[in-house]
Amino acid sequence: MVVSMEKNRTQTNPVEVVNREDVVVRMAGDSGDGIQLIGTQMTNTTSVFGNDISTLPDYPAEIRAPAGTLAGVSGFQLHFGSHRLHTPGDRINALVVLNPAALKVNLPDLEPGCLLVVNEDAFTEIGLSKAAYDENPLEDGSLDGYRVFRVPMDVLTAEACKDTGLKARAVSRCKNFFALGLVYWLFDRSPDTTLRWMDKKFRANPAVAAANSASLKAGYNFGETKELINVRFEVAPAKIAPGQYRRVNGNEAAAFGLIAAAQRAGKPLFYGSYPITPASEILQELSKQKRFDVRTFQAEDEIAAITSAIGASFTGVLAATGTSGPGVALKSEGIGLAVITELPLVIINVQRAGPSTGLPTKTEQGDLFQALWGRNSEAPICVLAAATPSDCFKMTLEACRIAMEFMTPVMLLSDSYLSNGVEPWRIPDVESLPRFQIKHPKPGDRFEPYLRDEKLVRPWALPGTKGFQHRIGGLEKRDVTGDVCQEPENHEHMCRTRRRKIDNIAATIPSLEVNGDESGDLLVLGWGSTYGAITAAVDRCRERGLGVSSAHLRYLDPLPSNTGDVLGRFERVLVPEINLGQLTTYIRAKFLVDAVGFNKVQGKPFMVSEIEHEIEEMLDGRTS
Amino acid sequence: MSANPVSPELTPKIYASDQEPRWCPGCGNYSVLTQVKKVLAKLGSKRENTVFVSGIGCSSRFPYYLDTYGFHGIHGRAMNIATGVKLSNPDLSVWVITGDGDALSIGGNHLLHTIRRNVDLTILLFNNRIYGLTKGQYSPTSPFGQRTKSSPAGSVDFPLHPLSVAIGAEATFVARSLDVNVHHLEHVLERAARHKGTSFIEIYQNCSIFNDQAFYFARAKETKDDTTVYLEHDRPLVFAKGRKGIRLHRMDPEIVELGNGVKEDDLLFHNETQKEPSLAYLLSRMRYPEFPEPMGVFRCIERPTYDDLVIGQIEDAQEQGPGHLEDLFREGETWTVE
Repeated sequence: MVVSMEKNRTQTNPVEVVNREDVVVRMAGDSGDGIQLIGTQMTNTTSVFGNDISTLPDYPAEIRAPAGTLAGVSGFQLHFGSHRLHTPGDRINALVVLNPAALKVNLPDLEPGCLLVVNEDAFTEIGLSKAAYDENPLEDGSLDGYRVFRVPMDVLTAEACKDTGLKARAVSRCKNFFALGLVYWLFDRSPDTTLRWMDKKFRANPAVAAANSASLKAGYNFGETKELINVRFEVAPAKIAPGQYRRVNGNEAAAFGLIAAAQRAGKPLFYGSYPITPASEILQELSKQKRFDVRTFQAEDEIAAITSAIGASFTGVLAATGTSGPGVALKSEGIGLAVITELPLVIINVQRAGPSTGLPTKTEQGDLFQALWGRNSEAPICVLAAATPSDCFKMTLEACRIAMEFMTPVMLLSDSYLSNGVEPWRIPDVESLPRFQIKHPKPGDRFEPYLRDEKLVRPWALPGTKGFQHRIGGLEKRDVTGDVCQEPENHEHMCRTRRRKIDNIAATIPSLEVNGDESGDLLVLGWGSTYGAITAAVDRCRERGLGVSSAHLRYLDPLPSNTGDVLGRFERVLVPEINLGQLTTYIRAKFLVDAVGFNKVQGKPFMVSEIEHEIEEMLDGRTS
Repeated sequence: MSANPVSPELTPKIYASDQEPRWCPGCGNYSVLTQVKKVLAKLGSKRENTVFVSGIGCSSRFPYYLDTYGFHGIHGRAMNIATGVKLSNPDLSVWVITGDGDALSIGGNHLLHTIRRNVDLTILLFNNRIYGLTKGQYSPTSPFGQRTKSSPAGSVDFPLHPLSVAIGAEATFVARSLDVNVHHLEHVLERAARHKGTSFIEIYQNCSIFNDQAFYFARAKETKDDTTVYLEHDRPLVFAKGRKGIRLHRMDPEIVELGNGVKEDDLLFHNETQKEPSLAYLLSRMRYPEFPEPMGVFRCIERPTYDDLVIGQIEDAQEQGPGHLEDLFREGETWTVE
């Protein structure tokens, strides 16, 4: 049963109510504590309330690192506000920790003077020693600079669950919901959305449902009645464009984009993939959508994944594969095969920190060079990059359009930050989505496998079509006829033709837009997932009168036709990237501009303040 | 595979493309190409509904010489390209042309997984026990001790036996034939093509340049009767022109002379439809010179194909009608901003 808690207010003592435009809250605990689950619930509740949101989950690569240790800490950060948000936030305004290790790992990010809620039951001798604390930080004064509230969450959760019949071990797993209930009270959000979700989620297990909802309510009521915590926050709903919304992360958005593209092209979708963090969710999401004639193939390895997709493309369906950087490395030869056979193929690379296995759950933009040039010989493909989680939808549609319109592989770069990050997505009107008119030669047409149209695109003739039997493959082919051909002049002609075909895509993509003044002293140029941090930093600097603009590349090969022109209108160009300067190198080589890199490779996204600071340094206080 | 009556205009010739085969004189591939064209004609295969996919190696040029749809892939990956083709259009008849290096070395992983899934493909493995296209290095099927360009002191790799591998992965159709035994080859190819599921055929194929006479024992008139045994379903294993047979002694095969009290009924009877693959595996372990090598169909059983199962799940899901993007986008929680 769903109980509305809003009506049960019994509070008498005054509580300070802090009105804020936005708040960054982080919940953290052991990776077995169910932190990601309550993070998702908090996200749901705040977005349904009408806030703009941006999230940053942070969890260890190990499924279960030793409990209570620093390596096993899992965190979930939620930024919500009454205005448009671009990032999950730099500094935390409220931190809720379930154990000492979570305190140690997360405290450096908490703003001084801000709210810290601690599960004091976990601060035992053992808990402290696992977190490598010599002294109990709750006792030694080291937390004096914060508003600390100590809550015995284990004890209170056990108390709340005492009539549910669950064993102690199962009860202790409910404390995440106690914490969430308390968070709901702190931010004046109703627990109803989560209670409804619990009803559904635990329908098969009434005892667990009862314990979880009792814990959630107990957490909420603790704030409401115990009068221990004397501060609450209020964040009004955001003023955002009217429409129907849902939450989406980058992987869901990419999966929706693939399905939508196949539907709008009137084709089945084939998705060949091998599980890899952080891209597996695309495969999982697509495997549920069989009613859209989505044929997922969980291959035995990355190479099988891409080559099956190439076979599917040859046969005439919309074919895609998804992976992360190490998987792209394995797929490289396959991408080359799709280049020389000139078949449509979408490759989604959800980048992660590398090289090699690297930091599998952390974010990086390290694969730009790999996307542009990571194949043997001259093997140009189209390269796109999504800027935000929901932009993954739009850019996946674009990748599919270009692949089919130009008979080429297209790599879409996403990353761990976008794939995990959640934001509200205004559900598009299906009729407003582009409809792809795909042409296949019909019996009676003149057909040669490599007879090109004015855009240099070869025909897509499908097996099953009488009279168009032809053979393609990895050997160089004579243009027009498609016969195997080793002649020197033909090879050069084909290499140049394949490159020119990619260049021709530029005529079909939008120009590079400038945020701010169209010319000036400093342009901040970005690509991919740095969009939010760059935009927020530049907007803030401009509000303060600094002469800075920004531009963001979603198309990396080919670049928008006006890219050189835009760059030429600024004295200086700053390129923030989560790598050691890949776009910087590319831009310098292409346009001979003295672009300056601002680089960070810590497996973490940029903070807005970091970019802001860098802009200040470069401008040295100069205003426009 | 359709059992359409053979139409008179479907002759082997019409399956030839305009490209001249470029294999070495005396190469066993020529014979396989000829038999494949005969079988296509016999099956009444429509050229436009037939796809040949290959990997890399001498035999993998095969698709260029047939006027069907064709895909010359990359090394070891033909089976995956073919899987993608079959899943995208199950109406197509899909053949895979591969070799001992392509299928067992670089593509070994894919061979196992394609077979265990039982994708409806016909896989022809041309086994010449050598790397021919790279000019003579030992392959995963080269015998231990073979001297090649990359094993001048003799190979110290123990070889893989393709049929043992295929049976280990529980292939639903497993057979062996020989390039020069054209009638047998044609018969086996036809049965393989008619089988629904992964059909795996090992073809002993002579490389006249880098490994000539590797299969002399099975090819030469003077030896072949004693060194090969042709399998027939539900028939005893008899060879050497009826003089000898194979009998099972406990778990081991043994060669026995017929007569002197040993009757055909005492011999091992072949059963290609046995669900358990143990007998087929045992046959795949019989090797020259200790034993005559079995030729023919080792195993032919029925199991649902991967492509049927995949499409079946889609059809089940679509029984309630096709999906609508409007609904997809609204799965889970939504809210409206006025």
